[in-house]
Amino acid sequence: MKCDMCDAEATVFLTQIVDGKMTQVNLCDKCSKDKGVTDPTGFQLADFLLGNTTQKKSKASTTEEDSVACPECGFTRAHLKKIGRMGCPECYHTFADDLDNMLRAMHKGTRHIGKTPGKIFEIPHGELNVKKAPVLPPPKKVNLKKKLADLKAAIDKAVLEEHYEEAARLRDEMREIEKKTV
Amino acid sequence: MRFTTLLKNPADWMQGHGPHSEIVMTSRIRLARNLRGWSFPGWSSEKQRVELMNKVRPVVATLPEMKDGFDEEYSNLTKTKKQVLVERHLVSREHAARSTGCAVVIDRKQTLAIMVNEEDHFRMQGIRAGLDLRTAYDLVNRVDTELENLLPYAFDLRLGYLTACPTNVGTGMRASVMLHLPALVLTEQIKQVMNAVTKIGLAVRGLYGEGTEALGNLFQVSNQHTLGETETELISRIEGVAEHIVSAENNAREKLLHESQNMLQDQVGRAYATLRFAHILNSKEALNHLSLLRLGADLDLVTECDRSLLDMLLLEIQPAHLQLAASRDLSPEERDARRAEITRHRLQSVPEPRNVSLENADDSVNTTDSDDE
Repeated sequence: MKCDMCDAEATVFLTQIVDGKMTQVNLCDKCSKDKGVTDPTGFQLADFLLGNTTQKKSKASTTEEDSVACPECGFTRAHLKKIGRMGCPECYHTFADDLDNMLRAMHKGTRHIGKTPGKIFEIPHGELNVKKAPVLPPPKKVNLKKKLADLKAAIDKAVLEEHYEEAARLRDEMREIEKKTV
Repeated sequence: MRFTTLLKNPADWMQGHGPHSEIVMTSRIRLARNLRGWSFPGWSSEKQRVELMNKVRPVVATLPEMKDGFDEEYSNLTKTKKQVLVERHLVSREHAARSTGCAVVIDRKQTLAIMVNEEDHFRMQGIRAGLDLRTAYDLVNRVDTELENLLPYAFDLRLGYLTACPTNVGTGMRASVMLHLPALVLTEQIKQVMNAVTKIGLAVRGLYGEGTEALGNLFQVSNQHTLGETETELISRIEGVAEHIVSAENNAREKLLHESQNMLQDQVGRAYATLRFAHILNSKEALNHLSLLRLGADLDLVTECDRSLLDMLLLEIQPAHLQLAASRDLSPEERDARRAEITRHRLQSVPEPRNVSLENADDSVNTTDSDDE
C-alpha cells in the first residue's frame, strides 16, 4: 500500500474516529515521523487528520454549539469532534446528544448488557469537581472484616479472663460494626 | 521482582501448550477501566496523571495475584526495557511511548499485566497459550472484581464502563487471538478468510496491534464492538471464528502436503538454509523464515525442532531484546548481524529438513526421460 502523503511504501496504518466516522490513514515511516504520528500524546495526530481530511468542516465549526464544554473537565464539543474521544467520564453525560449516533455506528447496540460492578457509583451530573473528587475510599470491607475478627478474639480473651464488662463493651462495638456492614 | 528476573522466567504462555497451540499462539483479554471523577489520561495534566498513578499503583501492586510481581513506573525504565515489554506483549506500543505518570504491574507468571494511564486509567490484560480465551477472561475478571471493591470505577448503567474512546465503552473488553497461518498465506486464501472475519464485525491486525503489518504470517483477530453484547457472547463468537480459521488452516496444510509437496519442501528448505547459515538477517526476513520453519516442524518435515524453541527465538531476535542482551543501543546493521548469530546458534541442534524420498526422485527422473523420447 502507498503512503497518503508521498508515494513511498506505507508502513504505518492508522484508524481513527473523526466526526464519528472511521478514517484510515496510511503513511510511510518518514511521513509518520514527520507528522508526529508516533507521538505518544496522540493529539497531534488528530490535528493532522483534521487538517487532511475534514478541512471544510473545521472552518465552519467555530459555532457556539462547539464551544459547549464539560462542566467537570472543560473538554469541548469541538474537541470531541476533532479527536473522537472524551475528556472524562462526565463527558458522556455532557455530550449525550452527540453520542447516540456515534455509538450506533460503532457497536452492536447502544445499551450495556455485560458485567456490572457489585457496587455502582452513579455519576452525579456535573456536581463533582475533578480535583476535589475523592479518589480512593478506604477499603472498608477488608478493614471491617479484620476488625470484626480482632474484636471476636478480644471478646474470647476477655471472657476467658473473666473481664465480662469489657467483653460486653466489645460485643456492643462488634454489633455496631455488624449493623453497618449489613 | 526485578526486570532481569522477569526476563529470565519465560511466561507460561511462551511455552506454547494450550488448545490448538500449533496454530493459535496466544489468547488475550484486555479490559479498559477508568476512575470516576478523574479526566482520562489523554486530557489530564502530567501532574494529575502522576497523582493518580501514585494513588492507584500501591492498590494494584498489593493485589494477591500480583504478589512477587514486577511493579515499576515508566520514568524508571529505559526505552529499551519498555520496548522489551512491548515485544513480550505485556504492554502496548502506545503505552511504552509514554513516560511520566505511567506505570505497569505484571504478575510473576506474566499472565496478567495492568497498565496505568494508557489511553484509559487502567488497561488490564490476561494472556494464555493456545485458544483459551475463557481462562484468560477468568484471570483478568478476578482482578477486575477485586479492584472494583477498592476503587470507584466510572460505570454507567446504560453505557457500562466509561472509556476515553467511545469505541471501547460498554464491556471495555477486547478479546484477541494470535493466529499463525502460513498455509492460508501460501495457498493465497488468506484474503478471503480475513474478509469474511471483517464482515462479521471482527478486526484483523498484525503482530503488534493496531496499525502493524502482518509479519511472520501472524494475524490477530479481535472484537470491534464492545457495547450491546455480553462478555461471554463476544468471547464465544471469537472462539467460534478462531476454530473455523484453525480448521481452514489445517485443510490448507493438508492440501499443500498432498498437492504441492515440492513447493512446500522448497519453502521450508530455503527457510531452514537461510536461518541456519545467514550472517545478516533483518527482522522481517527472520520472522517470515521462522514462520515457514515452524510450519515445517508442525508437519514433521523438520524434526527435533521444538515449538517452544522457535517461540523463544522469535522473542530473542526482536530489536529491544537484542539491545538489552548487548546492554547498549545497536545500529540496525549490528542488530541484523547479532540476530543472524543467535539464530544460527539456536538452530544448530536442528537437523536439516527431510528430503524427498528416493523413490519419488526416481519417478521424476523417469518421467523426464520419457518426455525426452
